[in-house]
Amino acid sequence: MTLVFEQLLNGLQFGVMLFLLAAGLTLIFGIMGVINLAHGSLYMVGAYAAAFAAAQTGSFLLAVLAGLTAAALIGMAMELLVLRRLYARDHLDQVLATFALILIFNQSVTILFGRQPLFVSVPPALNGSVQLLPGLSYPVYRLAIIAVGLLVALGLYLLINRTRIGMLVRAGATHREMVRALGVDIRLLYTAVFGLGALLAGLAGLMAGPILAVQVGMGEQILIMTFVVVVIGGVGSIRGAFFGALIVGLVDTCLRAFMPGLLRHVMTGSEADALGAGIASMGIYLLMAIVLLVRPKGLFPAHV
Amino acid sequence: MKLRGLLFGIAATLAASTALAQQPVKIGMITTLSGPGGYLGQDIRDAFKLAIDMEGGKLGGVPVELVVEDDGLKPGQGKQIAEKMLKTDGIKIMTGIVFSNVAGATVPDIVDSGALYVSPNAAPSNFAGKECNENYFVVAWQNDSLHESAGQYATNLGYKKAFILAPNYQAGKDALTGFKRLFKGEIAGEVYTRLDQTDFAPEMAQIRSANPDVVFQFHPGGLGIAFLRQYQQAGLLGKIPMVLAEPSLDATTLKAVGDAAVGLSVTAHWNTDFDNAANKKFMEAWTKAYNRVPTYYASQGYDTALAIASALKATGGKTDVPALRTALAKADFQSVRGAFKFGKNQHPVQDWYALKSEKGADGTPVLKTVGKVLSNHTDVYAKDCKL
Repeated sequence: MTLVFEQLLNGLQFGVMLFLLAAGLTLIFGIMGVINLAHGSLYMVGAYAAAFAAAQTGSFLLAVLAGLTAAALIGMAMELLVLRRLYARDHLDQVLATFALILIFNQSVTILFGRQPLFVSVPPALNGSVQLLPGLSYPVYRLAIIAVGLLVALGLYLLINRTRIGMLVRAGATHREMVRALGVDIRLLYTAVFGLGALLAGLAGLMAGPILAVQVGMGEQILIMTFVVVVIGGVGSIRGAFFGALIVGLVDTCLRAFMPGLLRHVMTGSEADALGAGIASMGIYLLMAIVLLVRPKGLFPAHV
Repeated sequence: MKLRGLLFGIAATLAASTALAQQPVKIGMITTLSGPGGYLGQDIRDAFKLAIDMEGGKLGGVPVELVVEDDGLKPGQGKQIAEKMLKTDGIKIMTGIVFSNVAGATVPDIVDSGALYVSPNAAPSNFAGKECNENYFVVAWQNDSLHESAGQYATNLGYKKAFILAPNYQAGKDALTGFKRLFKGEIAGEVYTRLDQTDFAPEMAQIRSANPDVVFQFHPGGLGIAFLRQYQQAGLLGKIPMVLAEPSLDATTLKAVGDAAVGLSVTAHWNTDFDNAANKKFMEAWTKAYNRVPTYYASQGYDTALAIASALKATGGKTDVPALRTALAKADFQSVRGAFKFGKNQHPVQDWYALKSEKGADGTPVLKTVGKVLSNHTDVYAKDCKL
């Protein structure tokens, strides 16, 4: 029972991580209509900036600031210099340009930091584990990730639903022309939204540093999952991204954790392990296919 | 008249000297320099270059020119580069490929066109048995040996129940098969992770509930870093011992993993602290040139250069492939790993050692050699090779 609970926590933690990335991606895609393949690069930028700052100063707080600032600034620069020219163009052009950005970011990071992965330590205050239930101790750092993710979700909810900016964002997602006609500076809004998305990606990256490998190409690994989340949740919808991310995180984790064990009841050990691993690998993609079949616009579509 | 004779003499001397000056022998290196696996190719390239520089631009007394191209870990790209090197540049000696999937697509073209391929790393099982080729040499190891040595070491240490994990792809499956071949105990669980997996929390929980004597996992590069750090954070480090093959903990990942690596057992065919003259010479030159700890990939790149040097020396710089082949098969060079010879499938017959990761003088972990695991170890595929 504790094992099931622990795996659910793992799924939740993975889910909020995906949410941070998916929130930015879905905002950018939903509001500006841009497919930004380089979103994973912003995640990498956040991780590298934080790792670098942590190694230089030794302070986790400064590392957080560096990661967030770098990701947001580079994200906004990216919007101003490249993406702004792509809004009116075909999706294929956007894919091409943002794919080029991935290559440029990866190569720049290689030139600046080298090919060797960087080391990031867990901040001392969050090191160690706590006893949640008898027989279940869980790493504090992972609990902190869950807490930060949920806080960001709440903050975004308030921002989108309770503020003037949020109103503009929502309006921009559904009635772009009308917002422009009402005299809102939509270019500024776009840059701001893009910066926010980049900031969230950077946050995910800097939090991932101490548990994953900070290395070139780390963004592309997680980007595919993030796209799955966006599609399941419904393009452009923050709520969709949140629930989509939690569903994907939980389903993926539980399949990986329990599928081989369940199959072992009906077949021999090694076959069950191989088949279980296979099913777990395609699980979320199957889920995506089913969601697309039943609700082609995702679970919580933004454009109704 | 006198002047004319002098001029004639000078002209004749000049003509003779240009005819005598050898064109450098071109060696083609296709390797992975970009992406997360880029540091592997970088170490192989840098070590190969180091061997050339140590001889002043020569290998075995023969001037050489190294042509390096990045395959980007894409089999198709490797194949294209090989084609260009073979057809356009007329290169007869090639090396460098890091990953087995690139080798699988590229090596057959090279050896079938009559050029020599000397592998500094990848050695998939299908080229070691029935499909072995007279033009194909491996200086590193056969892929399975890495994991067989770990299986043997886990048995030697007296572990009875092992939990084993590897990514769900060919090399991962080979790793677990290799481990199981020489591990005498029981397998408590066999888990295939994903190649793009970053979060291993579910696996950690599975390991904890299976409560094995030992964990064996094969996760090269960044995957391994994430795995080991999460193993520590899950509180398993120090509780359940881990035995690894060297790709899961090389000098670079060791640095990135930090404390989470202390106390792990690794099996390897080479380590920085090997006490032989060739290795001391290599370590000194490497440290002076690059000032970082070499990975075992570097040692293989260096050994590959020495092997090619021995062949070039024997042929006097002629790129006659059958003659080069005969000379290469003798393995007439001092490997940094000590004893070295080629088996009948032209893969190494060599010793395997146990290493332990300990806290070094400056607090970062280092790998110390603690003993021998296997002597004169060859691979199970050699018997199917008809060379």
